[in-house]
Amino acid sequence: MSRTTFRTPSALPGFGLTFGFTWLWLTLIILLPLGGVILWAGSLGLERLAQIASDPRTLSALRVSFGLSLLAAVLNAVFGLILAWILTRYDFPGRRLVDAAVDLPFALPTAVAGIALAAIYAPNGWIGQWLPFKVAYTPLGIFVALVFIGLPFVVRTLQPVLTDLDRELEEASATLGADRPVTLLRVVLPTLFPALLTGFALAFARAVGEYGSVIFIAGNVPYVSEIAPLIIIMKLEEFDYGAATAVATIMLLISFALLLLINLLEAWTRRRLGHVR
Amino acid sequence: MNRRSASRLFAALALAAPIAFGALPAAAQSTLTNVSYDPTRELYKDFNALFVKHWKAETGEDIKIQVSHGGSGKQARSVIDGLNADVVTLALASDIDAIAKATNKLPADWQKRLPNNSSPYTSTIVFLVRKGNPKGIKDWGDLVKPGVEVITPNPKTSGGARWNYLAAWAYGLKQNGDDPEKAKAFVAELFKHVPVLDSGARGSTTTFAQRGLGDVLLAWENEAYLSFAEFGDDKFEIVFPSVSILAEPPVAIVDANVEKNGTRKAAEAYLNLLYSPEGQSLAAKHFYRPVKPETVSNKADVERFQKLDLVTIDDTFGGWAKAQKEHFGDGGVFDEIFKPK
Repeated sequence: MSRTTFRTPSALPGFGLTFGFTWLWLTLIILLPLGGVILWAGSLGLERLAQIASDPRTLSALRVSFGLSLLAAVLNAVFGLILAWILTRYDFPGRRLVDAAVDLPFALPTAVAGIALAAIYAPNGWIGQWLPFKVAYTPLGIFVALVFIGLPFVVRTLQPVLTDLDRELEEASATLGADRPVTLLRVVLPTLFPALLTGFALAFARAVGEYGSVIFIAGNVPYVSEIAPLIIIMKLEEFDYGAATAVATIMLLISFALLLLINLLEAWTRRRLGHVR
Repeated sequence: MNRRSASRLFAALALAAPIAFGALPAAAQSTLTNVSYDPTRELYKDFNALFVKHWKAETGEDIKIQVSHGGSGKQARSVIDGLNADVVTLALASDIDAIAKATNKLPADWQKRLPNNSSPYTSTIVFLVRKGNPKGIKDWGDLVKPGVEVITPNPKTSGGARWNYLAAWAYGLKQNGDDPEKAKAFVAELFKHVPVLDSGARGSTTTFAQRGLGDVLLAWENEAYLSFAEFGDDKFEIVFPSVSILAEPPVAIVDANVEKNGTRKAAEAYLNLLYSPEGQSLAAKHFYRPVKPETVSNKADVERFQKLDLVTIDDTFGGWAKAQKEHFGDGGVFDEIFKPK
């Protein structure tokens, strides 16, 4: 990060304009709506907020949402890395097709994804009928949906980094006597790690807020497969806007804390692994 | 981007903004907006065509009807949040109550303005079972037998599901000499047999009919008949329980909106046409029970409705306002029965 302050502006012109524009845009698009949510929740009073936050059903839904989102993001980080590696390092027939297919979870309306997944994994579905355990309408179903929607985030953040990765580094490593696993573990992976973390964070953040695709495959049984966004919808359905914004605020705070943690971790690895900042 | 192209971009944005935000000139042709719920799609498609013809004959004017469908509660929220509905035709009175309470756009006693609690058609809750009724389901009591799985949407998110829940409660009361504790125990037991709580009625129908989950679907009578048309009548059967609930989906004019839009006359004619012989015939054709069955032109449409012992929300539950708060509100009975013991 450059040390630009108001007193010693960058050599580039237009700092004032871009700075003002950044804040205006950020305020209009992100801060205002979020501020509205928090304000509305704040108007409930601490006692009611504490009551909503400690409701066992809400807590259980938060556990389901955040727990499964983390697990799904971990799985996506692993397989997304492999997929990105294959797509950038190898050329094979149909590579472009696979590459394009990775974006489908982005483009597909989430409800369509949810219905398709439910149809496939239902007890009478293509895959579901061969499995000895139930996938659709259990927490496992939620997990499947979250993996589906999170995959492109990891692949698409890793791809450019992998393409830019200097092959000479690997060659140098080999020349200096490192075998393949060592090169992979000590040269390639550390370079990729910050990008991997970013992809992980994006996949996680997307999964936490996901409603459309999950709702069709979740089963939505209280205390078992009920996700936090569904609790918000329920509160809205009772015309209880206050309670809905309160749950939203809780989710917002947890997400913010987790994303901050991931960002700090990323900054730390960047520093530690000697990236130029 | 240089300064000139930037200023051109801003000019373009400034021109585009009012269009994007809906400041379009009012259409010359008058439009009536009906905000309805999910399973009325087919009914209002036919009924709107009828009304357009009727209005043209009556006044010589062309009118366009816009209908929006969705979960009843969600639709009510859209109206509260400013959707310019001339009339609302929703699944339960408490949703229209909520509009009245939140916006004052219609009076609190709106339900007294039209005959029959403002419900031109009614329905009830029946069981849809798989062909041949393999689990031998005859009545509510059979739903809590071991191994029986019941599909119903979530009463917290679906207006239709609240009728399901209340119908089960009515059976619980009847079976146990009106003891509410025992009725609650029955309903709690029933929901233990529910593997999936979809967020809406159509979702539950899909889960039951297409995903093959569950032995019985609690459904509105009209939805049950519609599923025959949709999936073929060789797959399912309808079972009529010994007791059910009279579901009254009400209709109302949103006064403040029709005043603003100048559509009061059309809105009134629209709702009144629902009570006319033509409107009643269409309701019956689409499997809703007409409130004036004697006026229906095709008698066969009426005869297919079985006579059932139906309780009403007012007599058994003291009206929607009370039932809503007691059973489905935050911390209400429905929340309680899911609390881990």
